[in-house]
Amino acid sequence: MYKLKFLQITNYGLLLAVLAAFTFAFTNQTIVFAQGPTPTDDEVNRIAKQLYCPVCESTPLDVCPTEACRQWRDLIRTMLTEGKSEAEIKQYFVAQYGARVLAEPPNRLVTYLVPAVAILLGAFMLFRGFQMWMKPSITETDAADVKPAQDPYIARLEEELKKQK
Amino acid sequence: MTESSIPAPRRGVPIWAQIVVWVFLVGLLAIVALGLRRAQQGTVQPGQVIDNFTLPLYSGYELDGKSEIHLEDLRGKVVVLNFWASWCKPCEQEAAELQQAWTEYEPTGQVVFLGIDYVDTEPEARVYLKKFGITYANGPDLATRISQYFRIKGVPETYFIDKDGVLQYVQVGPFTSIDQIHAQIDPLLK
Repeated sequence: MYKLKFLQITNYGLLLAVLAAFTFAFTNQTIVFAQGPTPTDDEVNRIAKQLYCPVCESTPLDVCPTEACRQWRDLIRTMLTEGKSEAEIKQYFVAQYGARVLAEPPNRLVTYLVPAVAILLGAFMLFRGFQMWMKPSITETDAADVKPAQDPYIARLEEELKKQK
Repeated sequence: MTESSIPAPRRGVPIWAQIVVWVFLVGLLAIVALGLRRAQQGTVQPGQVIDNFTLPLYSGYELDGKSEIHLEDLRGKVVVLNFWASWCKPCEQEAAELQQAWTEYEPTGQVVFLGIDYVDTEPEARVYLKKFGITYANGPDLATRISQYFRIKGVPETYFIDKDGVLQYVQVGPFTSIDQIHAQIDPLLK
């Protein structure tokens, strides 16, 4: 009798333990889903390579070995985990550290207009310059039209040359 | 033969084009010169009146309950500006001395310490502040505007501004003892 009761209690205990384990596992799983999956290094670096830390100029964030850049990459990972988009993350970094952290300048008209105008202007001036260098100062037809005799100096020069022959 | 003897009419680049080229070249040289000059200038020099700036403060590190500080509001007090970062190892060398100095001067009400966090991330900055038990006002240098104004060369750097808003001393690199901090603040209180 006692043995049977003991077995019943043990069974209830086991059942409760299994239920508790399921509840614990389910709760933990729920928390993981709420936070979102941890971003991979590739996902972090996809954004990091578009940023430059002001401390290590000329080194993209994804390959920069300094402590400051490691912290920045960790921050990107945290923000991705929080569900922030690429644009939101870049916007945050610009607000915190200025537009100079961006690998590509902000999409402003003047940023692209000034170089384009400078290149076009330079090309036009080069074209004009080459055009002038290539153009003969006087055409052969023009030269043929000039009568040597009209110039007394040339006439005399040619006369002297004839005499020497 | 006769061709070469005929004087060719002189034709050159139009005058407007010449002006454009020269203006462009002079402008380019001016930009390069300004950049070089700025690079050689070093930090802001003592004797200069420091312009007003605004420093937002981390929550928990406000000054008199204010979440941001305007330098001009601190006229009449000695201001100690310390640029630091959590990734900066030399900053750790002076962190304890700065905090000790702050606890000594805070009761006088005549000195304000401001920590300016340079190119840092807030979570790491908070870990650093907690680790060294720092209690004076601290905030991020948003868009590095303040550090650019002071033309800092790195961190740590500390600027001592007198009661009239004039910069009196610049410490480049960490303090090695609290006496160094006293030596700069005490004369400004007289």
